[in-house]
Amino acid sequence: MNAVLIALLLLPLLGAAATLAPFGADPEAADRRALRLGVAVTGAVLLLTVGLAVGFDHGTPSRMQAVTDLRWIPAVNVRFHLGVDGISLPLIVLTALLTFLCAVYSTKRLPSGEGTPSARSFTGLLLLLEVGMLATFAVLDLVLFFLAFEIVLIPMYFLIARWGSGQRVPAANRFILYTLLGSAVMLLGFLLIGTQAGTFDMTELAAAHGRGLNHTTQVIAALAIVVGLAVKAPAWPLHSWLPDAHTAAPTVGSVLLAGVLLKMGTYGLVRVLLPIVPDGTATFAPYLGAFAAVGIVYGSLACLALARPGAKGDLKRLIAYSSVGHMGFVLLGIASLTPVGVNGALFANIAHGLITGLLFFLVGAVKDRYGTADLDTLAGATGAALYGRAPRIGALLAFAAVASLGLPGLAGFWGELLAMFGAFDPAAGLSRPAFVTYMVIAGLGTLLTAAYLLVVVKRVCMGDPDQPAVAAEIPDLRPYEAVSWTPLAALTVVAGLWPALLLGLSDPAVKHLLGGG
Amino acid sequence: MLPTLLGSHLPLGQPAMTSSDAGPLAATSPLAAADPGSLIQSIDWMAIAPPLIAALAAIAVLLADLFLPAGRKKALGWLTVGGLALALIALLPLAHGDVRSTFCLRNVAAATDTATINGGACSYVADHFALAFQLLALGGALIVALLSVHTVDEEASISGSAAGLPAGEYWFLLLSSATGAALLPASRDLATLIIALEVASLPAFALVGLRRDGRGAEAALKFFLSSVTATAVMLFGVSFVYAATGSLHLSAVADGLTHAPAQLKPLAEAGAALTLVGFAFKVAAVPFHFWVPDTYTGAPIPIAGYLSVVGKATGLSGLALVTTLAFRPYGHTWGLALAVLAALTMTAGNVAALRQRGSTAHSAVRLLAWSSVGQAGYLLVPLAAAGYADAAEPIGATVAYALIYGVVNLGAFAVVAAVGRGTGSRLDDYAGLFARRRWTALALAFFLLCLAGLPPGIVGLFGKVVVFRAAVDAGLGWLAVVMAVNVVIALYYYLVWTAKLFAPAEQPLTDRRLPAPLAATMGLTAVVAVVLSVAPQLVLQVAGGSLF
Repeated sequence: MNAVLIALLLLPLLGAAATLAPFGADPEAADRRALRLGVAVTGAVLLLTVGLAVGFDHGTPSRMQAVTDLRWIPAVNVRFHLGVDGISLPLIVLTALLTFLCAVYSTKRLPSGEGTPSARSFTGLLLLLEVGMLATFAVLDLVLFFLAFEIVLIPMYFLIARWGSGQRVPAANRFILYTLLGSAVMLLGFLLIGTQAGTFDMTELAAAHGRGLNHTTQVIAALAIVVGLAVKAPAWPLHSWLPDAHTAAPTVGSVLLAGVLLKMGTYGLVRVLLPIVPDGTATFAPYLGAFAAVGIVYGSLACLALARPGAKGDLKRLIAYSSVGHMGFVLLGIASLTPVGVNGALFANIAHGLITGLLFFLVGAVKDRYGTADLDTLAGATGAALYGRAPRIGALLAFAAVASLGLPGLAGFWGELLAMFGAFDPAAGLSRPAFVTYMVIAGLGTLLTAAYLLVVVKRVCMGDPDQPAVAAEIPDLRPYEAVSWTPLAALTVVAGLWPALLLGLSDPAVKHLLGGG
Repeated sequence: MLPTLLGSHLPLGQPAMTSSDAGPLAATSPLAAADPGSLIQSIDWMAIAPPLIAALAAIAVLLADLFLPAGRKKALGWLTVGGLALALIALLPLAHGDVRSTFCLRNVAAATDTATINGGACSYVADHFALAFQLLALGGALIVALLSVHTVDEEASISGSAAGLPAGEYWFLLLSSATGAALLPASRDLATLIIALEVASLPAFALVGLRRDGRGAEAALKFFLSSVTATAVMLFGVSFVYAATGSLHLSAVADGLTHAPAQLKPLAEAGAALTLVGFAFKVAAVPFHFWVPDTYTGAPIPIAGYLSVVGKATGLSGLALVTTLAFRPYGHTWGLALAVLAALTMTAGNVAALRQRGSTAHSAVRLLAWSSVGQAGYLLVPLAAAGYADAAEPIGATVAYALIYGVVNLGAFAVVAAVGRGTGSRLDDYAGLFARRRWTALALAFFLLCLAGLPPGIVGLFGKVVVFRAAVDAGLGWLAVVMAVNVVIALYYYLVWTAKLFAPAEQPLTDRRLPAPLAATMGLTAVVAVVLSVAPQLVLQVAGGSLF
């Protein structure tokens, strides 16, 4: 029993409950207090996770640490089992960081307008969302994992449906129905494993490494789990909820959706699929790799089409499609079933969280300033000329774009490189020619990615500052924006220059999971 | 009281027949031959206390109604609540220790020296299955009674004594129906089963039509006709089963079916099928579900809640008893039939619920009515699984799910009753409820998410998990997938309703305080649901252990 992880989950939960208490008669003062409460709670959670990372025994990252293992529901054999290892620790820190930055950002820039609920509700939902996200990465029981997976749905639904813009209610419905159908199927897979193996405990099942589960069970369970997690990740062709959700979501919702929620899918693949049903995974790995390769190219082509002049492309939609491409690399790395590929996937996970989080913040800021995220309207005849009109924002956008296209020295580079390395030499038993083909396609995808991101930079950052524009005065970087974006930019550089920081944590844990025992 | 004794004396007269030529006439012979002393039963009063207390309370209410002045009729409601609470307390001593049974055939068996009846043929058994369903029936009736305290009061005062709800009759009928519902899960022979079912149903017809307006009468008539048809079909089936097996005791029927002579097989099979059809009517399974929405909207809201929970539970417990105990030899046949029935029922209910429009009158109750048809489909899944598994273990999932569903569905009906009194019972009337009545809206949101099975309604989620597990365990993968799709469909309409609660307020703030009984009902159900969400083990333990 270790109090840190429990406190990590309990703190935001209590914070969310506290937003139900009366906050004073004056609605504006109440809103301000609620937002400050959000910052305080997420800040405390971030401090706790930093403490957890410092106290983590970096000598043995493959060992579960800060473990809590209690009986919860003996009737269905569910234990309240929490713990972190080198795979989940970076994701927990990333989650706490992004939520904190979102809370800080929201104190100054909360979407408002007719029909927008109070900031108290917003804070409550944000904190509830944090509970679900942290729980997903901290739990070590299959049923608990499913539960945590579901907790995020309701808060995210309301964030999109009530604070979003455009076609927000259909987008929110689509998001929740897709994910729920996926996770219901995933639950069937979990139950099949649980009834056959007699336990839902992830560490026990991982140690057994598929012993006690016959081939048919493994194949059926793996199929159910892959479908559920692929919707969340999202893998092509189950991605179609994502662009709509991102386009409609408020900035904070987009940041957390791209930065954390998508990672829950890929984390599940690494944590559940690879170690628990290895035979089933090996059966589906080539297909997963193929879908990943298609997803990479599909995402990039969609982005290119959106970035074209005259295509009426929405910048948020474009970044959502770029996420499909980036998550394709993550899936390819996982599908290779090699330590190199899986490490690359986990690295790309974190990198995508940092970079895409930053990109969505920036695009949100551009949308606030111009009142639209439509690329054609923004760019006008020559380009939106952010370099000239708001140089700091322009520079940050360009930075995030080159980080996203995988410039060496920044975070986006290592993960995709390692994922492709993994595909170049896949695990024994997988067809090498197939995976080399996927790698070549993925390589083509990196070129396309570079192409559309450069087009975006050209159309948004460059141009004639004196041409008539939709918004006359564009304020440059504001202090609260600087506060909430700097950590992401700094960590992008740090992870790019010092990849061993993350790889040193994940590598032993990945080898442990792939090797069993 | 009366039905209890009637039901349990009936089997006394039954001979143990093995051959087909035995007719009802033969029933008199053992009575004549037996030692008179052995016919005096020793009754385990503790075991039959829960339904007995409810029955006594019913009679007490009926008598008190005669003597109370019109102004003091309110006390009848609290008398009912007290009686039901007492009946619930009587369950406590039964929960621990050995299984108690009474009205057994042992004496007669010894006296008539027939070897075919095994010693365990009792008409009333208070095992864990019975106790769990009695908890649901009596607890559900208690919540409904709390909910009704206000309704009866209001309707009587609004419409005057002529057209309003007559208090004395209302409480008497509610208690009688609860007595039947509590007796049924403990009965272990077909005669007691049917009598208990009728004791539970007959007062319910009257309760539905008690308001004496046009809608109530139509609702009651629909309910009455479909229910009476069901009973007739079931009796027909039971007579076949009796003819083929020579016994009405569930365990003896199971024996009889396995050893039935070849020429009686078709008779036995037809009898079993007809009995199941009768119960399917009661559970409102497809295609016998058409009466549900009209009946629910025509009835007073507490009674609609009562039918959706306690009414459903009686049908379900009867179905579980008949299938797993009596018709066990035909397990695979009725397993498949119930699986198909479950799939059809949940799909029909959920699709119809999906089609409800928010602007039509009574759409909130109609939606709950259709969703209860969908939920009945989920409840049937473990019963189907029990046909495939060789044990009765999956039934535990049905019991657990029924208990969870009972709490949250009655909670939802409580909110509908509270909201309906001010504004109306269209779904559109719920828009912006959060701005008007914060806690009411939060409670309803929680109940709806529990019904949908989505966190934070954790208990609803685990209820679905155990049902899924029963299906997967029994190898009914296809049914699990159908159910998964249905859960998603159901989620959509629950979520649309939930989202409405938090929509911007259209109506000005109303600060009418909720009447205390309504607030208490909502608070009670919400607290129970929250406690169960934190500690699901409290209810899920019935899904793990052996029930019979």
